[in-house]
Amino acid sequence: MKGFVIRVVPPTLILVVGLAAWETFVRASQIPVYILPGPAAIVQALVRDWATLYPSLLVTLAITAGALTAATVLGVAIAVLFAQSKWVELSLFPYAVILQVTPIVAIAPLIIIWVKDTAAALLICAWIVSFFPIVSNTTLGLNSTDHNLLNLLELYGASRRQVFWYLRLPSALPFFLGGLRISGGLALIGAVVAEFVAGSGGIQSGLAYRILEAGYQLQIPRMFAALFMITGTGILIFIVLTLVTHLALRRWHESAVKREG
Amino acid sequence: MPAPLVTLRGIDKVYSNGIVALRGLDLAIGEGEFVTLLGPSGCGKSTVLRLIAGLGERTSGSIEWSSVQHEIGFVFQDPTLMPWASVFNNIYLPLRVRGVARAAAAPRVEQAMDQVGLAGFGAAYPRELSGGMRMRVSIARALVAEPKILLMDEPFAALDEITRFRLNDDLLKLWASQHWTVVFVTHSVFESVYLSTRILVMSSRPGRVSSEVALETERDSSFRTSAAYADQCRTVSARLAEAMQQ
Repeated sequence: MKGFVIRVVPPTLILVVGLAAWETFVRASQIPVYILPGPAAIVQALVRDWATLYPSLLVTLAITAGALTAATVLGVAIAVLFAQSKWVELSLFPYAVILQVTPIVAIAPLIIIWVKDTAAALLICAWIVSFFPIVSNTTLGLNSTDHNLLNLLELYGASRRQVFWYLRLPSALPFFLGGLRISGGLALIGAVVAEFVAGSGGIQSGLAYRILEAGYQLQIPRMFAALFMITGTGILIFIVLTLVTHLALRRWHESAVKREG
Repeated sequence: MPAPLVTLRGIDKVYSNGIVALRGLDLAIGEGEFVTLLGPSGCGKSTVLRLIAGLGERTSGSIEWSSVQHEIGFVFQDPTLMPWASVFNNIYLPLRVRGVARAAAAPRVEQAMDQVGLAGFGAAYPRELSGGMRMRVSIARALVAEPKILLMDEPFAALDEITRFRLNDDLLKLWASQHWTVVFVTHSVFESVYLSTRILVMSSRPGRVSSEVALETERDSSFRTSAAYADQCRTVSARLAEAMQQ
């Protein structure tokens, strides 16, 4: 309970003070709403434009969730492939790195040209941004199994498959979850960046398109409202994944167990 | 010595970095013996144990078993438990590898837990246990596979003296009741004399057996403080000192 209070009260206090200062500053300096809207104007825009913003949020969320799922499934699959042999890992890992370090803004236009279906193109972009932490962390985890435990299983005559399921996979779990938390945020960023690049309107428009659109129309409060929705989504993803990590590790991993005196 | 269970002849072990761990090592472990390999760090005693277990390749020499079926139990210096698995699941591991169903294994796992004084701890996780308790889990895991020979690599070296003495006594009781053959590695003269029926003193660079001390003692609770124990410790210490000067 005390831990909860410490975690929640100070950040909330900062938020309230910050918002109040922002509102006061905007009003006192008479800054026009198309330069910098105050929190009140943003909330107004959020409520007024909810009918267009909310469907866009769902679009962005769907792309993010799809990309994160694909990153998890393919990321773990690639890591398992890497773990099968050092040769496979050494041959393919550089290409995973190349895909990771190439800026998504630079390749997104190509992907959007190549892939007809916009939703699929966005999904691919978001996946490229988010899969690497899962691959690299899970690979590290699969290779970090206690050597004595491996010896022990060899002694008991365990098959490769048994070693994988009984030892390597569980010992990779904390590493995988660490990667997943990073990938969650990246999937959202990837989705938003790809939407910006795609810039297409129509029914399938995510929050990034709403930001662009509001910018063109000088609807700055709505722009901020969409921005806050993206940030809120990111925070929510982080909280959910942190919770998942905690639930999966609470009984045994040092990171999740409370230290005692 | 009783009929040998395993015989090592002319064992050489040279690591890929050129270090000669063992040179011309001969030894035989009789059935039902409690043999201790005693020696300074780096004399290759752990290497011997690993070779007997079939972990790692010898450079030359032969290892012969008297029977085809020789289940091996191995206890490492640290408990080597799976942190994500409960005590029950850790002990169940060897049976799980052999394809024994969980329900069928349960009575045997429970029995092994009873034997090492872990009854009621099945649902606990390794990190919730003390160092001594974790080592008991490790021993129970070796026990549940019903090994013919138990190989122990300095299993109690990291424990405090009180815990170590208690585990020494429990190990002796298990050895007597289970009709095991034990090969025990330690660098403690006191521990080796307390536990063994035979001590092989090893010298290093390269590792080999330099002398052998057979001990025939009735062990009871007073043995640790008896004059006979002190005498034997003195003898073994002298042999160890010789081995280290070679």
